[in-house]
Amino acid sequence: MKDWIKSGAPWIWMTAGALALSLVMVFGVLWLTAARGLTHFWPAQVAETTFIEKNGSKIRLIGEIREREEVAVRRLVEAGFNIPGDDKFTTRYLIKLGNRDIHGFDFKWYPAPLLGEITYPGDLLTVERREWGNFYGHLQAVKEDGKVVARGAAAMPELEKRVERARALFDEIYRTEKHDIGRINHRLEQLRLQERKLQLQGKLTEAEKQSIERQREAANAEFGQIQERLEQLRREIGRDSLSAEVMDGRVVDVPLAKVADTYHANAMGMAGKIGFYARKLYAFISEDPREANTEGGIFPAIFGTVMMVILMSIMVMPLGVIAAVYMREYAGKGLMIRIIRIAVNNLAGVPSIVYGVFGLGFFIYFLGGNIDALFFPEALPAPTFGSPGILWASLTLAILTLPVVIVATEEGLSRVPLSLREGSLALGATKAETLWRTVLPMTAPAIMTGLILAVARAAGETAPLMLVGVVKLAPNLPLDGYFPYFHLERQFMHLGFHIYDVGFQSPNVEAARPLVYATALLLVIVIVVLNLAAVSLRNRLRENLRGLEGI
Amino acid sequence: MNPVAPNNTPRKPHHAIDIRALGRAPVSAADNAGMVTCLETKNLNLYYGAARALINVNVTIPRNRVTAFIGPSGCGKSTLLRCFNRMNDLVDICRIDGKVLLDDSDIYERSVRVAELRRRVGMVFQKPNPFPKSIFENVAYGLRIMGVNDKKILMETVERALRSAALWDEVKDRLDSSGLGLSGGQQQRLVIARAIALEPEVLLLDEPCSALDPIATARIEELMYELKDRYTIVIVTHSMQQAARVSDFTAFMHLGEMVEFNDTDTLFTNPVEKRTSDYITGRFG
Repeated sequence: MKDWIKSGAPWIWMTAGALALSLVMVFGVLWLTAARGLTHFWPAQVAETTFIEKNGSKIRLIGEIREREEVAVRRLVEAGFNIPGDDKFTTRYLIKLGNRDIHGFDFKWYPAPLLGEITYPGDLLTVERREWGNFYGHLQAVKEDGKVVARGAAAMPELEKRVERARALFDEIYRTEKHDIGRINHRLEQLRLQERKLQLQGKLTEAEKQSIERQREAANAEFGQIQERLEQLRREIGRDSLSAEVMDGRVVDVPLAKVADTYHANAMGMAGKIGFYARKLYAFISEDPREANTEGGIFPAIFGTVMMVILMSIMVMPLGVIAAVYMREYAGKGLMIRIIRIAVNNLAGVPSIVYGVFGLGFFIYFLGGNIDALFFPEALPAPTFGSPGILWASLTLAILTLPVVIVATEEGLSRVPLSLREGSLALGATKAETLWRTVLPMTAPAIMTGLILAVARAAGETAPLMLVGVVKLAPNLPLDGYFPYFHLERQFMHLGFHIYDVGFQSPNVEAARPLVYATALLLVIVIVVLNLAAVSLRNRLRENLRGLEGI
Repeated sequence: MNPVAPNNTPRKPHHAIDIRALGRAPVSAADNAGMVTCLETKNLNLYYGAARALINVNVTIPRNRVTAFIGPSGCGKSTLLRCFNRMNDLVDICRIDGKVLLDDSDIYERSVRVAELRRRVGMVFQKPNPFPKSIFENVAYGLRIMGVNDKKILMETVERALRSAALWDEVKDRLDSSGLGLSGGQQQRLVIARAIALEPEVLLLDEPCSALDPIATARIEELMYELKDRYTIVIVTHSMQQAARVSDFTAFMHLGEMVEFNDTDTLFTNPVEKRTSDYITGRFG
C-alpha cells in the first residue's frame, strides 16, 4: 500500500479522475440541453382519452402528453381525487391541452388511474396559431365567408390549399407593414428632423417649410394608398376559417388569418416527421419570435449576439493591444507600472453588473447624452445615442474583456525572443518599426488567444447587457436597408437575455421551457462557432512561426 | 579551451599555433602597408552600472580586412563589438566614455542617427535569428525599412545578397517559403545575406559559428574570405583555430583590456605579452 502511494499511481488516478468528472459534467450539460431542447421540434403525438373528474363526471381529453411523474396517492386524495385501489404511489401525466382561449389553461396534471384508454386517432388536427398557442380538435369543415365549402374527408385537402393562401397573404401583409410603411415612417421622421434642425439653426425659411410640407403630403398620400391596400389584404386573409370539434364537444371556428401551420401529427410517417422536424428547426433559427417570445424563432437574438460580439472584438482588440504594447515595451519598470499592471489584472475580477452600471452612467447618460446634444439636437428630447443600444453594450463588454486581451498580449510580447528584436534593430529599424514589422506579427497568436477568451466571456454575459442595450423584443435589427445601414444606437436582442426572459418572465412558462433549452443550446453553439473561427485563425497565424522556439 | 584539440573541419586540418599549415597565405607585411583605418576606438571605457566592462580600449580596425577578437569568456570582446553599432544602447544601465570613430567621425555624437549607423555597420549574431517570414522577406527586410517597395529593385537586391552569401543556389526555388525552414548553417548565411543586402561598410560577426556544425562552419569561413574584398569584417570567436584560419588581424582581450593586437600571424607565432602566449598555448582560458 505504501509502495503504491509512493509510486505516484494514486496521483495519476486522482488527476485522471478529476478530468473525467469535468468531462462528464460538460457533456451532461450539453446532453441535457440538447435532449430537452431539440426534441421540442419533433411533431408530438396528440392523445385522446377520457378522465373522471372530482365530481364523478366523465370528460374527454385531447392533448399532448408532455411529462409523467410518480406521485403519492395520499396527496392526490387530499387534493380531492377519488383514486381507486390501495397503491401508495401512482403515475400522473402532464397533458398539454392547448386551446388556451377556450379552456383558459394550457397544461394540466392528470392522475393515471382516472384516465381511460389512451388512443391516437389519425384525424386529430394540430393547428399552430399566431395567437393563443396550439389548437387541437377534429376537423369538421372549411368555411369561406362563413359558408361551408368542404366537409368531412374533402375538408383536409381544401384546408391545406387555403392555409397556403392565407400564409402567402400574411407574408405580404408583413412585408408591406415592415418595409413599405417602415420606409414612409422613416421618410416622415427624416422630414421632421430636417425641419427641426433648420428651425434650431434659425434657417427655416418659408420656402423650405413649404418644400418640406409638400414632401410630407406626398409621403402621407403614399401612406394612404398603402393603408388601403393593407385593408384589402386584411379583408382577403379574413375570408376563410376552419371549424373543428374540441374536446368538450363544442364546434369552434378558427380564422385562417391566425393559422401558422396545420398537420395531422398522428398520421405522419417517418419521412414526414423528419421533414417537419427540419422545417421547424430551420424556422426556429431563421424567424422572428411571436407570442411574447414563447413561439416562433430567435433569429434576431442570434443576430444581435453575433453582431455585438463582433463589434466588441473590433473595439477591444486595438485598445487592448496598444495598451499592452505601451506597458510592456515603452513604460518603465517602476512601481507605478507594477501597480497599473496589478490593477488591470484585477479588473477582470470586477463583477460584470458593475460594468453595466458604469456603461449606463458613463457611456449612455454622459457620452451618449453629450453626443445627442452636439450632433442630434433636432431629435431631442427623444434620445438617439443617449439611450441603451448595441454600441454601448459592445463598448461596455469591450471594457469588461479588456484585461484579458491586455494580459494575453503582454504574455505574447514577453515571449518574442530578444535575438529577433536585436536582429531587426541591427538592420537599421527603429524600435517602432521593429514592433510593427516583427514583434507584433509574432504576437498575433497570443493576441488571438486573448480574443478567444474575450469572446467566450462576452458572448455569455447577460447581466450588464440588461442595463446597456438588450431588450426583450427589438422591433428592428441593428442592420437594415436605410442609411446609414448600421444603426449602432438601436437596442437589440441577445440569446442570454432571451433565455432569461422566456424561462422566467413569460406568461406561459410550461410551454416555453423547451425553447429555453433549445436557446441555451444555440447560445453554446454560437459561442463554439465564434471560438472555432478564432482558433482556426490563430492556428493559421501560428503556422508562420513554426520552427521558432518558445512561441 | 584546449588549443590542440583536433579541429573537425575536414577541409583544413591543422593546429591553432601551426598557422603555416593553413591552406592560404598569411597576410604579409607588404599587404598591410597600404591599409586604411576603418574603425577606431580611443580610450574607450564601458560601464554596466558600477562594473567596468571595457578598460581604456584602443584598437584600430583596418578596412577590407578580417579582424578577430579572441579571449576567454566574459573578457568584453562581444561588448566591444556591440559598441561599433551601438547595440549597447539597448541596455539601460550601460554607459560609455571615450570615442568610437567610424571613418574618423565619432558614432556616439548626438547628431548621429542610430538607425542609419546600423545600416552602415551590419551585425550577425551568435544564434541564427531569421525572422518568421519568407526567405525573400527576410533579405528584403532592411530595404523595406528604408521604404524601398519596388518589386524589381527588391528582387535584384535579394538575389545579389543571397549570391554574395553563397545561398542563392540552395534557396532560389523556394524564396517564398519560411526562413525558419532552413538548416542552421543556411539560416546563418541567410542572416548574413540580410545584413549585406544593405551594402554596409562593416560587418560585425558575434561568434557566428558557435551554434553550427563543422561543415556549416567551414562554409561561413569561406564566405568571410570572399566577403572581405568588399566589407570590413570584425569577428568575435571563441575558437582560436577559427581566428587563425579566417582573420588577418587578431586582438586578444582579457578582463576588459585589449592585451595585444597584431597581425594574426605574429600574434599566434610570436606573442609579445605573456598573457597572450599563456592563453594561446592553453595555460588558462
